[in-house]
Amino acid sequence: MAHTTEPTPVVRALYHDDDVLISAVKEIRAAGYKISEVYTPFPVHGLDKAMGLKETRIAMAAFMYGVLGLTVAVTLTWFMMISDWPQNIGGKPNLNWGMNMPAFVPILFELTVFFAAHLMVWTYLIINGLYPGADAQNPDPRTTDDYFMVELPAADGLVDVLKKSGAVEIAEA
Amino acid sequence: MFVFTSKMKLLAGSLTLVGLVFLLIGFNTDYSNHAADGHGGEHAAAAHADEAHAVEAPAHEAPADEPHATEVVPEGVDVQEAHATEAAAEEAHGEEAHVDEAHAAEVAAEGAHAEEAHAAEAHDAHAAPAHGEDGHGATHDLSANRPWAAFLVNSIFFLGIGIGALFFLAIQYAAQVGWSAGLIRVFEAVAMFVGIPLLGILFLAVTGSMHLHHLWHWMAEGIMDPASANYDPIIAGKEAYLNAPFFIARTVAYLVIWAGAAYLLRRNSLKEDGLPKGQNMFFTQRKLAATFIVLYAVTSSTSAWDWVMSIDTHWFSTLFGWYTFAGMFVTAMTVLNLLVMYLRLNNHLPWINANHQHDLGKFMFAFSVFWTYLWFSQYMLIWYSNIPEEVTYYLPRFKGEYKPLFVMMVAMNFIFPILVLMSRDAKRIFGFIGLAAVFVLAGHWMDHYIMIMPGAVGYDYGFGFAELGGILFYAGLFLWVTLSQLAKAPLKLANHPMLTESEHFHQ
Repeated sequence: MAHTTEPTPVVRALYHDDDVLISAVKEIRAAGYKISEVYTPFPVHGLDKAMGLKETRIAMAAFMYGVLGLTVAVTLTWFMMISDWPQNIGGKPNLNWGMNMPAFVPILFELTVFFAAHLMVWTYLIINGLYPGADAQNPDPRTTDDYFMVELPAADGLVDVLKKSGAVEIAEA
Repeated sequence: MFVFTSKMKLLAGSLTLVGLVFLLIGFNTDYSNHAADGHGGEHAAAAHADEAHAVEAPAHEAPADEPHATEVVPEGVDVQEAHATEAAAEEAHGEEAHVDEAHAAEVAAEGAHAEEAHAAEAHDAHAAPAHGEDGHGATHDLSANRPWAAFLVNSIFFLGIGIGALFFLAIQYAAQVGWSAGLIRVFEAVAMFVGIPLLGILFLAVTGSMHLHHLWHWMAEGIMDPASANYDPIIAGKEAYLNAPFFIARTVAYLVIWAGAAYLLRRNSLKEDGLPKGQNMFFTQRKLAATFIVLYAVTSSTSAWDWVMSIDTHWFSTLFGWYTFAGMFVTAMTVLNLLVMYLRLNNHLPWINANHQHDLGKFMFAFSVFWTYLWFSQYMLIWYSNIPEEVTYYLPRFKGEYKPLFVMMVAMNFIFPILVLMSRDAKRIFGFIGLAAVFVLAGHWMDHYIMIMPGAVGYDYGFGFAELGGILFYAGLFLWVTLSQLAKAPLKLANHPMLTESEHFHQ
């Protein structure tokens, strides 16, 4: 994710199969080594658990964003349709918000989804340092095609473990 | 191997028996006391009153459109006055008055002048002799329908469990689903229940055509006969579809198709256990399931029109089939969740883990939202357009006595499941699933109640022996059929090709 600190050399092991990758990750962790990052061309189910990552809090954030969107929508519809410029549409005069609520439900729904989805994506991009012009963090372009890479700090006996776990290529950088 | 213990047999048997006794009491109760204080025939009157307006339209609209619009302005300003006129009308017209009042209240609340014009128009229609108070004498007292209507509510509710599970089972085969392969026997056991509520509905259809009850208003005597005092031109126009022989034939067709599909899917699945490993039955099952899904796509809608929508014979909604289906499917998913939970707690399904339960929970959550979406789509369009022939449906439900039930039902079916089940962890914890399940099951029972009761018994509703008896009766039969089916074969299929995938299911 972030830049690895200069002095510690890292070892990069390439795998050619996602199932092999998952079992390799388990083996490496069981042998007591700490994995700093895994690069995959597509999301691999169960990898986060195998790596022992913390559970994401994006769901809670999404809920909050949804509530925010709902609040914005209620304020918006109330201000526009009730407070600022009430009109009689289809024999339903806008006397108060509650009375006209059914007509506003599509807006409430859409803005809730809009806020939850957009803010969730922006949150994800900011947290991961993905913005236009950001340096590519991928050490090997093959991991965008058909290879899987495990990156971890160099340590004694690591190469044997990696070889045993099914790595097809091991490099130190 | 699951064993249908004698304890469970006793429970299921006694539930059925107690239910049967309650049903007998319910059917022998006189429900007409409520009718005595003048509430009797409101609904029938409601339907007729508004249709009277529709039918008489040519006569009324010409004078009504302009003069009324101006005439009515003062009424729109003074809400009390509108009420006063309607109150006067109540005395004059007795039976129709309640609906008028509801309508007036709606109109008054909205304060719309255009609506006032309509109210006045509708009022004129009542005054017109088209459907005088004595017109439908016999059908006006709807209280006699009460036990039959209660039985229909329970039949539809429990049918939803069976047919929803059958549809879900068919999807598993048609889409070649992997994760659920270890649960197929559970789906099968619930799906095998589908025939029993269908027999209950067939019983109601036959007794209705024998005029033992007029649950379906169009079955009333003389309603299609121009010479009769009961004649209703709108209903007579629907005679080609709504007639007793065709109605019973359709019900039998649903019974054959649905129960037949459940039987065949189950039979092949049991047969597969005895065959050598491979895909012997997999593609047979897939073709069978796909055929059933196509047939069900049509019959799910038509059956909802037949059994439920035709109670409010004048009214129609193009969304009704899907709306009913969504309610049935979420009921079934809830029951499947509970059943899988029960089996897991008793260690009958060691190959099923929290991930499988999570996916079942997702269906329950998603289809609660889907049901709300369809419910609201139907409601909002009718509310917004406010056309007399459409709003008649929501008058007793949203403006009349049914309002508290109606609002509570929506809250239980939408707000509770969405808040309880939204989080990922909640779908994996038995307590949360159970809590949501209680609300969803009670909510959808109430949903079916509110679909059926206003049209079938007007305001003579209640919760007594007939309603409770139906619930216990069907619940007992459901337990008996499902548990005995579960006990008949190993809970794990022997040769299903997706079984390994299901065992390794994770997220």
